[in-house]
Amino acid sequence: MMLALTYDVGNIWLDSLLGLLAIIVLMTVGALALIWLERKVSARIQMRLGPMRVGPYGLLQTLADAVKLVGKEDMRPRSADRWVFELAPFVVFVPAFVAFVAIPFTRDWAVAFLDLGLFFIVAVTGLSFVGFLMAGWASDNKYALLGGLRAAAQLISYEIPMVLSLIAVTMIVGSLNLSDIVIYQGRVPLFVWQPLAFFIFIVAALAELERQPFDIPTAESEVVGGPFIEYSGIRWSIFYLASYTNLIVYSLLGALVFLGGWDWPLGREAGLWLQVLLTFGKTMFLILLFMWVRFAMPRLRIDQLMSYCWKVLIPLAFLQIFLNGLVLVYGWPDFTLLLTSGAGLLLAGYIVDRTVRADPRTLRMVPANPGAAEPAAADSAGS
Amino acid sequence: MQALLDNYVAVLLAAVVGFTLVGTAVIVSRLVAPYSTSNQKDISYECGMLPAAEPVRSQLHFRYYLFAILFLIFDVEAVFLFPWAVTFLNVGKAAFYEMVLFIAILGAGLAYAWKKGVLQWK
Repeated sequence: MMLALTYDVGNIWLDSLLGLLAIIVLMTVGALALIWLERKVSARIQMRLGPMRVGPYGLLQTLADAVKLVGKEDMRPRSADRWVFELAPFVVFVPAFVAFVAIPFTRDWAVAFLDLGLFFIVAVTGLSFVGFLMAGWASDNKYALLGGLRAAAQLISYEIPMVLSLIAVTMIVGSLNLSDIVIYQGRVPLFVWQPLAFFIFIVAALAELERQPFDIPTAESEVVGGPFIEYSGIRWSIFYLASYTNLIVYSLLGALVFLGGWDWPLGREAGLWLQVLLTFGKTMFLILLFMWVRFAMPRLRIDQLMSYCWKVLIPLAFLQIFLNGLVLVYGWPDFTLLLTSGAGLLLAGYIVDRTVRADPRTLRMVPANPGAAEPAAADSAGS
Repeated sequence: MQALLDNYVAVLLAAVVGFTLVGTAVIVSRLVAPYSTSNQKDISYECGMLPAAEPVRSQLHFRYYLFAILFLIFDVEAVFLFPWAVTFLNVGKAAFYEMVLFIAILGAGLAYAWKKGVLQWK
């Protein structure tokens, strides 16, 4: 901090700009590689080969696709609201990009070490739902409007359990600085102490990313692409790029907050490259987990999605915060954190298991008795 | 104060750079990509048929507003929880039980909404 004071202003701006250039390279290469990886992973899971033609093992496939997308016509329906329609990709992409600023990749390298890093990332990534709403509203298309509203409802609902799970972690560490949180985990990463919070974080991150079990805003078979239906060419690819950037951001956040970032298990001995390797190894683990879930789970219905958030995840997240507070205030030993949180995770597992095994008729959106058949028409018209 | 603001220079720059990045991509695409208009092409997409029942932006179901209101309550609460989570151990047991009371009041609100069927997507 004192050093920063002695720099002249030009230096700080230049430093930030250089850091941002590094971020741009990382983000672009990362997104291109992840799109290729996702196609390969899905191909493996479905016993196919995936892209094989362009470059060795199809490595250059996404690059070719990107070139194609830049050269495609950027269409806009006549009845669309011009400025809102054209600005929506900016509003979706910029928060995902800005979130990178606060992420420390190693002990000594981040674009900015913010004292409120965790709060900043949560606040900034939460903004992207405005862009989805804008895209859905401006397209003047029924599917787009429904998709945009679904995206807004889902993103704001799942933001609460995500924030609460991160608050549970903050209570233990006592800091919102991401570096402090990582350094705290030098010996034992936080997913060991907080399995319930980790579980809630993973589920909420999947929903925030609108990935497969939670992809009703863009579900192909329901709203044919949702808010993106009218977009083509470069604007569509910016939405796509933003979704993969968000995937990287949430995976990095999970790797730093729950998996020990660059510190665990090597601690202070790890050199610079080993730290980079640890951070990105853990990030890749989470990304592959997200991809695996995507191709292993069927899509949730919107009523299941909302009730899972409001009736299961949010009460459980409050339970986690309460248990943490109890353990910390009374100074009980550390392993009680694991015991209480593990018991909470078992409870979550029991609730999910009971719901999955229940008689499907009791889980219907519309009551099963024939007397209440009327709402069915309203449902198909408006959900 | 100066040092605090210095940290956020990068944030400001990132927002500008992000906008420039997308803007450049859009401009490059405009220069490279073909462009033409026709009456058929500029109609919004709906199953390949002419869109039925215009205008589209007429009515929304009220349940979206209900969830938005619920979200607002809990999001404001999260803003209170963040500073509390950092410092509650320094203040002691009183801080913990005050927050338990605060959450219990909000929890009662959630339970009321639950009972009233607001959380039921219908």
